[in-house]
Amino acid sequence: MRVDQESEWSSLLRAANAGDGSAYQRLLKQLAPVLRSFVRRGLARASVPDADAEDIVQETLLAIHIKRHTWIETAPVAPWIFTIARHKIIDALRRRGRRIHLPIDDYAEFLAEEAEEPSMIGAFVDRHIDSLPSVQRKVVEAIAVSGASIGEAAERLAMSRGAVRVALHRGLAALAARAASKT
Amino acid sequence: MKTDDLIRALAADPEVEKTPLSRALLYGLVPGILVSLLLYGPLIGPRPQLLAVITEPRILFKILYPLAVFACAGPLALQLARPTGNARPLVAILGVLLLVLIGAVIIELFVLPRDLWRVRLIGHNALVCMVLIPSFSAAPLVGALIALHRGAPDNPGLAGAAAGLLAGAFGAALYATHCPDDSPLFVATWYGLAVLVVMAVGALAGSRFLRW
Repeated sequence: MRVDQESEWSSLLRAANAGDGSAYQRLLKQLAPVLRSFVRRGLARASVPDADAEDIVQETLLAIHIKRHTWIETAPVAPWIFTIARHKIIDALRRRGRRIHLPIDDYAEFLAEEAEEPSMIGAFVDRHIDSLPSVQRKVVEAIAVSGASIGEAAERLAMSRGAVRVALHRGLAALAARAASKT
Repeated sequence: MKTDDLIRALAADPEVEKTPLSRALLYGLVPGILVSLLLYGPLIGPRPQLLAVITEPRILFKILYPLAVFACAGPLALQLARPTGNARPLVAILGVLLLVLIGAVIIELFVLPRDLWRVRLIGHNALVCMVLIPSFSAAPLVGALIALHRGAPDNPGLAGAAAGLLAGAFGAALYATHCPDDSPLFVATWYGLAVLVVMAVGALAGSRFLRW
């Protein structure tokens, strides 16, 4: 385990929570492969094929996003992240009627992983994005899929920047809530 | 959708919940408590001469004890509402409080003649107690659950139960200022049952409403 990873992640999340979007993006990009292998391990332990692993990764990233205020800045960030990931894995398994005990004491081994992987495709967002109000869906799609900035999305959709921000946040919050509401 | 695309959208959204969970809980509880006080005033109000008798040990105990539980249950709910929150120290304190309650019952059994045990246990209005404590707990419970909804409890049912304990302890303390039954035998039994009911409701509500 790289000791500096914890301090790097915590300073990135601290910056992110203070409004630094590029620090936040860097953090999430670092987390994605780590979460991916953690999720795969969890599914393997439950003897479930890991075809849906990327869905759970996406649900976890959304949960981290919407709940990032629940991290206390002076506390270690890695256990917080893996507790959220474990929660999402257990939830996903429960939906299939499976229960597993998933200790996170051994998460340290995942911190070392930094394999460069191509970006993976998950179905979670696609499955739920159509249920969003159309403005929220258009904003999320413009920024996520077409790679527009807030300003570009505002121009393209003839909205104010503030309205785009609000729609983006509400859309992401609604997507995160979709993961919670289906039992 | 590619995970990288999702990440781009997440990074573009700078909005973070600014209110700390503890303050959110306060904001949720205060209106709930006010609603309960508004019910309490016209409905029953304090017992006659409350201030004159409040130093009587049994009366003091039955008011202060739920307040002590209330003071622990708040931080407990907050710990349970956070990933990696540590509930253990608070559970330990609540365990000590439970021993205090058992101690009070034992002392009461020693000082009370045996033929009064049953009378004091049954008291005057066990049913009223069982109805009013949950009633005074309802609004604070709703407020606490709304506040905890901003959290991310690893076990939503457990966090809901802690919210129930918090609200139930408040309801019990409030009802204690009216209730004419002062024996710890009565308090441990009927107050205890009433708070357990509120906790069960909280657990049930939490397991649905506090999912994330």
